[in-house]
Amino acid sequence: MSAEKPNLPKKTMTRNALYLAEFSEPGACLHAAERLRDAGYKSFDAHTPYPVHGMDKAMGLGDSKLGWITLACGLTGVTAGWAMMWWMNGVDYALVIGGKPPYSLPSQIPIMFELTVLFSCLGTVFGMLGMNKLPRHNHPIFESDRFAGCTDDKFFVSVAADDPKFSVEKTKALLESCSPDGIELLKEEI
Amino acid sequence: MGYIVPIKELGESPLVDPKISLHEVTDVVAKVTENKAPRGWWFAFLFAASFTGILGIAVGVLFWYGVGVWGNNSPSYWAWDITNFVWWIGIGHAGTLISAVLFLFRQKWRTAINRFSEAMTIFAVMCAGMYPGLHVGRAWYAYYMFPIPNQMSLWPNFKSPLMWDIFAVSTYFTVSLLFWYVGLIPDFATLRDRAKTAVRRKVYAFFALGWLGSNRHWQNYERAYLILAAFSTPLVLSVHSVVSFDFATSVIPGWHTTIFPPYFVAGAVFSGFAMVMTLMLITRAVYGVKSIVTMKHLELMNKIMLTTGSLVGYAYGMEFFLAWYSGNDYEWFTFVNRATGPYAWAYWTMISCNVITPQIFWFKKMRTSIPVMFVASILINIGMWFERFVIIVTSLHRDFIPSSWGYFRPTIVDVLTYMGTLGFFFTAFLLFIRWIPMIAIAEVKGTLPSADPHFGHAHADHGDENHDTEAAPDAALAPGE
Repeated sequence: MSAEKPNLPKKTMTRNALYLAEFSEPGACLHAAERLRDAGYKSFDAHTPYPVHGMDKAMGLGDSKLGWITLACGLTGVTAGWAMMWWMNGVDYALVIGGKPPYSLPSQIPIMFELTVLFSCLGTVFGMLGMNKLPRHNHPIFESDRFAGCTDDKFFVSVAADDPKFSVEKTKALLESCSPDGIELLKEEI
Repeated sequence: MGYIVPIKELGESPLVDPKISLHEVTDVVAKVTENKAPRGWWFAFLFAASFTGILGIAVGVLFWYGVGVWGNNSPSYWAWDITNFVWWIGIGHAGTLISAVLFLFRQKWRTAINRFSEAMTIFAVMCAGMYPGLHVGRAWYAYYMFPIPNQMSLWPNFKSPLMWDIFAVSTYFTVSLLFWYVGLIPDFATLRDRAKTAVRRKVYAFFALGWLGSNRHWQNYERAYLILAAFSTPLVLSVHSVVSFDFATSVIPGWHTTIFPPYFVAGAVFSGFAMVMTLMLITRAVYGVKSIVTMKHLELMNKIMLTTGSLVGYAYGMEFFLAWYSGNDYEWFTFVNRATGPYAWAYWTMISCNVITPQIFWFKKMRTSIPVMFVASILINIGMWFERFVIIVTSLHRDFIPSSWGYFRPTIVDVLTYMGTLGFFFTAFLLFIRWIPMIAIAEVKGTLPSADPHFGHAHADHGDENHDTEAAPDAALAPGE
């Protein structure tokens, strides 16, 4: 986040966090991701200003699991809606209105639908943030001055140091063979 | 987002100026929030903000004296309050239509206007949401509308369509806000990374949630966006259907009809597009985003207005026909009274604005003329307000007992409350334009020709590379592809 940090006198211990390679074209970034995938890397990522078409395949990612969270939340919503109305109007304080039975399913359908939508959408958004581990304001990638271009028109590939195949020399050589515009080794404090 | 076929293979022409680069998109949109506000913005803001103040006064008067300060009286117990509620809710619907329905139909031209119209949705629903709370009379009991324990140990009557409305509108507001915010996360990150001052960077960084543009994030993000669109589509149809149930489930002649849900939804989309058009034409001229919001976008919006306007015209004709065909004297009287009674002026204003005006969009020359579409969009906004007024007031003012017939006239408080909500709407909108990217930067980038990873490369190898045919997702996991 803060660009000043690398200039501070380094008193704390640091360790390698990740390699960051910059590209100016989505195609080059995509091919670099394919190379990393084929070389057997697991803990790598692409950083792009918009979702690049075909990148999920290039990185070898499976399908997003988000839909399961939505399903669970939606089922909770419809059940909660039904139970609330059944208990409130049918059990706790029976209201007889218009000669209808106090508990009447047809008139509950609109609210059951709305609560299904409400719970599903809340679950989707917070589930998405949870799966992405956001918000996270402190990330070693922000130490790079060039990374700001990621939200503009630059494309990056990062390889995390915790990847079993990570090696300061070999990973660098592999990234260099993808002819990036620049490579950085970013550190993080321990 | 999640496109199956690259744009050019669909044989479509580019959606935005093909010469524009990724950086130019960022620049054009972000600059609006970074440069000093033009003088016109300040004039507009002060003007709108003073009307927001008037809203405060009008609401204060209402709370002090009670609903008697409005023109509502027997038998017109619903008048401008509910007219304005339905009008504002309807305006919101275009935003969801653009953001969700057009997304599901892969209408990529929506990317230039979706942020803008989603913001409009949120502010319009805020304006709408005020009215039910205000018109209950004793606003300090407005919490009775929600299923929370109260001192009488009573629960709301869930068999009432008014309760359905509470749930529909509050769900709609929440989901619209979520959808809007999810779309904004990458764009807040763009503003964060461009920020020149520490305060500005911190504020945008807070809202960007530490967005990294990571593809592992994009994957869940796009799925979330798709799911939200898939839920918003039936939601938006349900909201105005439920609003129409407020009328249709009653036994008032002129209200008790089964055509109401689709008729209300079509009208809502119609009026919402008109409002998007009005706001868009002004903003586009003031802020110079013509390379992104092109004539093609405007023309497509005019076509939607022509379609929905014709649907609304059909509904007017059909409800009139059914009033006659029903053989019900009260029903037929209500409709004849609408067209020829004391409120005939309102009825014919509605017909001219809503049915006749959009028909000019059959002609390409009219569809592509900015002054014509600007005037038409305003006329449609007026016409759609009158539609709700006609439905509500003309159905009520002559009820079953002729001795109680009357003529509703709004009071100054009615007028000021309405103008106040307009002021609030424009205040919120101007603040949005000033501080939030009004065009979805990341989404527009995704539709540029240069966003395609194959841009500028020969397509001879297309068949061999499996990575851009989504048909076989498992193939990606096969090693050594």
